[in-house]
Amino acid sequence: MSDVRQHAEDIHDQFSDHLDITVDDVEERLTTLVDEYKVPVDEGRRSVTNHYLEEAGLEREDIARGGSEAVNVEDIDEEEQWVDITAKVIELWDPRSDSVAQVGLLGDPTGTIKFTKWAKSELPSLEEGGVYELRNVVTDEYQGRYSVKLNSTTVVEELEDDIEVGDDTSEIEGALVDMQSGSGLIKRCPEEDCTRVLQNGRCNEHGEVEGEFDLRIKGVVDDGIDAHEVIFDAEATESLTGISLEEGKEMAMDALDTTVVADEIREKIIGTYYRIEGPTFGRYVLADDVEELDGPVDAEQLLIKARSM
Amino acid sequence: MSQAELTREVARRVFASEFNDSTYTFKESDDERAPNYALLPTGDRANRAFIVGTLTETEDVGDESEYWRGRVVDPTGTFFVYAGQYQPEAAAVLRDTEPPAYVAIVGKPRTYETEDGSVNVSVRPESISVVDDATRNRWVVETAERTIDRIEAFEEWEAEQEAPESASTAPGNEYAQMARERYDSPVENYRRDVIQALESLEDLEATA
Repeated sequence: MSDVRQHAEDIHDQFSDHLDITVDDVEERLTTLVDEYKVPVDEGRRSVTNHYLEEAGLEREDIARGGSEAVNVEDIDEEEQWVDITAKVIELWDPRSDSVAQVGLLGDPTGTIKFTKWAKSELPSLEEGGVYELRNVVTDEYQGRYSVKLNSTTVVEELEDDIEVGDDTSEIEGALVDMQSGSGLIKRCPEEDCTRVLQNGRCNEHGEVEGEFDLRIKGVVDDGIDAHEVIFDAEATESLTGISLEEGKEMAMDALDTTVVADEIREKIIGTYYRIEGPTFGRYVLADDVEELDGPVDAEQLLIKARSM
Repeated sequence: MSQAELTREVARRVFASEFNDSTYTFKESDDERAPNYALLPTGDRANRAFIVGTLTETEDVGDESEYWRGRVVDPTGTFFVYAGQYQPEAAAVLRDTEPPAYVAIVGKPRTYETEDGSVNVSVRPESISVVDDATRNRWVVETAERTIDRIEAFEEWEAEQEAPESASTAPGNEYAQMARERYDSPVENYRRDVIQALESLEDLEATA
């Protein structure tokens, strides 16, 4: 297909809802400019587009934008694509850098994806639980995982409707091999809708605040094939360790030190096998259902297999 | 939210006999911070291992500062675990635990050459915890299963080498290839160790 024909088809597609024209009409108009009047094809295309805009009484913004395309989260599989997504803010995380205004996790019915909003984009603040149409975000990739970046050209529109978030539930069986920092008795920012974990008594967003205690474990459950990061909230932590939030606070008070709680938890859980079920959010599995695997194991089937190899 | 955490190394399940034969170590890139891997003779790489066994002896072998050595026994052999001042928590467990006891260890393989030129493989622990016999038995079965999986993949790869006409469709197994180049011991040895380990559990059941 010739270059001119391709351009003619593109232009035709843009106007087919508005004008009763054929691809041949467009191509003839474009050919005249390009072949007879030696106009470069890009300039010719601009001119023809303008002609039809006028004929249809439209502004340039009214026809299909030639940039971003509305996509589902699960379809994002290429970097540096300009896309539109409609998604709910599942979680906001603490930005690690001043150049980032907000970072967190978005979800739509097809899956979840990390987002970063640059500070210099000066976009409105996204709120946890809010549903937004985000037009003109750019995709990025790091080590096989995709994210979207909100930039100064992004249009943020808050929607009234709630949307379901697809949360691929995972089931993991393995040994708890590590507990990460930020586990045990932690303090969260008490400001409304801010649950950020405080670092040395400071919230990244609200500065020095009187924190509220919470109990959690950020653990690594490893089955010998993959290492999964798992978050246990206060309830799951209590069922795992027998230590409640209140008991944790008392332990810390007695020792005048919050780290005793993490130490005690570590001692109880490292090296133990668990089965964990829960939704996946980004790199984390949230432990909804936890079972310690302390029953007998059956070696017979495996023995038959090993002998027959 | 450090991106480096995304690539946390998995803790391999490997019996002592195979672990102690994993004398060849390598890196995947020239970057000095690139992780070190021990090559498992059944054809996989291990930067980290999860081990459960019986702690039978502990000894402080350090000169000036404490340096604890623990012997941890599984159905196929003995892991040697060394913890000093840079592994204070693990060293404390070795100091304070009265053998015999079941322990679970997360650690990294380390190799050192002895005076006679042979290479010994030991464990540098990240954590050691005292566990019960249910955990130990589960580990034996799990490690048997993972080892069988590796042996199967190795043998599939070997079969494909002998039938080169199917090579174009066959999945690669670079660590099996590396293991065959670096090691003499046939994977059959490790299959026998698996059988022996599983039989030891069956015997327990029979006498229970």
